[in-house]
Amino acid sequence: MNDVSRLIAYRKRQDWWFQIVGALCTLVGVATLVALIVKLMLDGLPLLMRWRVFLFSNASYMPDESGILMAWVGSLCVMLVTFLTAVPLGVGAAIYLEEYAKKNRFTDLIEVNISNLAGVPSITYGLMALWLFGYLLGLSSSVLVGGLTLSLLILPIIIVATREALRSIPQAIREAAYAAGATKWQTIWYHMLPYSLGGIATGTIIAMSRAVGETAPLIVIGAAGWVSNLPPSPVTSHAPFLNFRWLNADFTVLPIQMFTWTADPDPAFQANAAAAGLVLIVFTLSMNAAAIIVRYRVRQKLKW
Amino acid sequence: MNESRPATRAGAVAASRTDYASSGHLKAEVRGLNFFYGQRHALKNVELPIPERTVTALIGPSGCGKSTLLRCFNRMHDLYPGNRYEGEIVLQPSGVNILSPAVDPMEMRLRTGMVFQKPNPFPKSIYENVAYGLRLRFVNKRSLLEERVEAALRSAALWDEVKDRLHQSAFKLSGGQQQRLCVARALATGPEILLLDEPTSALDPIATSRIEDMIFTLKEQVTILMVTHNMEQAARVADFTAFMYLGELVERGATSQFFQNPQNELTEKYLTGSFG
Ligand SMILES: Nc1ncnc2c1ncn2[C@@H]1O[C@H](COP(=O)(O)OP(=O)(O)OP(=O)(O)O)[C@@H](O)[C@H]1O
Ligand SMILES: [Mg+2]
Repeated sequence: MNDVSRLIAYRKRQDWWFQIVGALCTLVGVATLVALIVKLMLDGLPLLMRWRVFLFSNASYMPDESGILMAWVGSLCVMLVTFLTAVPLGVGAAIYLEEYAKKNRFTDLIEVNISNLAGVPSITYGLMALWLFGYLLGLSSSVLVGGLTLSLLILPIIIVATREALRSIPQAIREAAYAAGATKWQTIWYHMLPYSLGGIATGTIIAMSRAVGETAPLIVIGAAGWVSNLPPSPVTSHAPFLNFRWLNADFTVLPIQMFTWTADPDPAFQANAAAAGLVLIVFTLSMNAAAIIVRYRVRQKLKW
Repeated sequence: MNESRPATRAGAVAASRTDYASSGHLKAEVRGLNFFYGQRHALKNVELPIPERTVTALIGPSGCGKSTLLRCFNRMHDLYPGNRYEGEIVLQPSGVNILSPAVDPMEMRLRTGMVFQKPNPFPKSIYENVAYGLRLRFVNKRSLLEERVEAALRSAALWDEVKDRLHQSAFKLSGGQQQRLCVARALATGPEILLLDEPTSALDPIATSRIEDMIFTLKEQVTILMVTHNMEQAARVADFTAFMYLGELVERGATSQFFQNPQNELTEKYLTGSFG
């Protein structure tokens, strides 16, 4: 009996110690994050208070009047290209691999490679894009090239997320669809795609929130640190009402704008960098929140 | 299960039971069928005539190949690589071997309806679950869809329970209701052959007897092949019963003879429960 109570006491002590260590670990993480955000706020909030100026003026040599107009419009345009190319390509590839491709050594190899690609440092994608778009296709840095570069970067994430979503659909559901006489395409269109939409959406949002913060690959392909004009509007007042010249425009994006400000010899620009950083954080946090909401909604609806 | 009910029902059924000898029409005939899951030889030289518009019950211990045999009829095995058929299932009167590579598995799936061993409704509304087969056939007229959905749900003894919530998710139904929904889904398209894999395994006695009534009504139009672990059920609803063991079809006969006077020693042992 005595032995047992000693053992219990010992194990309780062990528990207690681990709790302390764990709490400390958590504290380090949380404290750094809080400190970071507080510091950014202290530096950046004054500028953000005058958000009309900050959001709607171009960067200039006067810190007080420098804003992020070119940067956020650039980010938006680039993300649009990324979204429109990466989602169809990624979802298409995932559907092919999961539903059509025969399972053999070759597809296993592709599978392993795609998962690994998701972990490749982003600057490598910049190099690859520079070679592919710059040397091979002779394109110069533009919204299109920037968007395609980030699209390459997030393609593996979208493929992996879509495959996971497809794989989580029970085989019995596929069998039910096929047993009713559906073709592969009908099964995919009426069942697999709708049921995996939640997973695809969360994967896409997370991938996009990664892409929006990327700097390195865009610098490698030669994105500008400063641009003078907004890209031409994609919609026009006369037929055909669409204009694709914005794809060819010079661009900069939020993280690059931050980077140029932090590198500026005038210390006053640090405030601009901090304010831009806050905008970027709000951007990515709200995207992640959206991903969580989507996932939650889907879990509510589909319980396999 | 209620002890007295099966006896009385079986009596009623026996009166209208089609006699194999008198009805010469076969719907399908399984001849020398072997089936392989990769290396695994799951069906061994199965012979089974299936008379038209009758109920044939498959019984046998777990793992003996009942589901495997059932899934040959709509070529479900074609979905997976490495599965292999040998022998034939000849469909009458056309004489086509439905296992031949020349036959499109999709055709067989359009002509049969299947209820799986485990309920597998789609995560869509109750209505859409039942309407699915019709939509695949490009039936989109609303009035027609509604009419067919209601009829199918009525036959599956589910209509009264769901008529007020047709547009709710099928996942909100209980297990037994889901199973009946799957029955309704299989019925809605008016199949020639109905493949039922333990359609009442999750049902209470009342729902079970309503499904049995449905099977009984349906066989006037449809040929039914059903797997059951419940021998009283086989005795109640089946015109013919076949016993499978370790991938072989041991014995098949008109149900009354099969149960009263089994020819094979294995069958007798299985029926009397003195098995293994
Ligand atoms: N996909 C598969 N791959 C390999 N072997 C399989 C596969 N499916 C079933 N089998 C095997 O084939 C045999 C027959 O299985 P089957 O599902 O037809 O049995 P069953 O008679 O329907 O049993 P139960 O009454 O438990 O449903 C079993 O031994 C099973 O292990
Ligand atoms: Mg089975």
